[in-house]
Amino acid sequence: MITIQFNEKSLTLHKKTSLFELRNQRQADADILIINGFPVTEDAPLNHGDRVVMIKRGAIPDAEQLESLMLARHTPGIHARIARSRVGIAGAGGLGSNVAIALARVGVGELIIADFDVVEPSNLNRQQYFIDQIGLPKVFALRENLKRINPYVNIEIFNGRIDQQNLTHVFNNIDVMVEAFDAPDQKAMLTVAHLQQAPDCPLVAASGMAGHASSNSIQTQHVRKNFYLVGDQTTSAMPGQGLMAPRVSIAAGHQANAVLRLLLGEQPE
Amino acid sequence: MNVHINGENYPCASGLTIGQLLTRLNLQQDRVVIELNQKILNAADNINTKLHEADKLEIIQFVGGG
Repeated sequence: MITIQFNEKSLTLHKKTSLFELRNQRQADADILIINGFPVTEDAPLNHGDRVVMIKRGAIPDAEQLESLMLARHTPGIHARIARSRVGIAGAGGLGSNVAIALARVGVGELIIADFDVVEPSNLNRQQYFIDQIGLPKVFALRENLKRINPYVNIEIFNGRIDQQNLTHVFNNIDVMVEAFDAPDQKAMLTVAHLQQAPDCPLVAASGMAGHASSNSIQTQHVRKNFYLVGDQTTSAMPGQGLMAPRVSIAAGHQANAVLRLLLGEQPE
Repeated sequence: MNVHINGENYPCASGLTIGQLLTRLNLQQDRVVIELNQKILNAADNINTKLHEADKLEIIQFVGGG
């Protein structure tokens, strides 16, 4: 007899059972078969300790199934840690909307997203909104989009301005904070307030990602204890040097990966 | 006197204030994060704070965009 994890539940099998035999017995309509994180198309013998996930294409999985599918896709041990995490995102523009989507896809358990603005046509050049969302408050539009990606992420929203007074109230009990504002004075305000008021919580901020200079000039820097800064630190948004999707999403990708690494106890830079 | 800014030696007149330093460095007080001897300062509240010999400063100015 061997024991495997079948759709994240323990299952004991006769030693010679193959993948296709298991499908025929348990989930005959499944057309996506994953063994130990890898989708397979051919029959294979099952071994003790294998993690097997089966899904029917097109069916919307429930929370438990999605969890098990994400688990199957991630390196063991990673998913459980990030699923317990709570991350704050200040600003839902080009940086914040991209960071939020990356973190929802990766399975961060809870996101708190704050923004005071509404979706405008000019945002669509880099922000993760759709044309039919113009006029909606960004936090509502982003929550809607995140729910379409992963309905089981717990999303808290704050439709208003963040200031030094409400910062730690809105972003309470978080594991990591993301600064994703647009205006430089707001970035500085949030950074100063966070480092003063929540010095034990890592902050991942961003500065310098306008234009279309080399992707490789965008870096993640460890500035001081619990303060990480992403960007090239020089290219400011100005007439003649606009914000564009590629570099903004590169910076957001740096931020999201820094968050992920921090959640896993690794140094981001 | 000498202070250290972002790891580099910076000679300056004794009694220089943070506000004067920011002006000299062409930095805007509402866009910077200042760490003075490991302590994060609110720039606007410390415009008149005087620097002392061997003070260690880290200054980061944010640029716009996000």
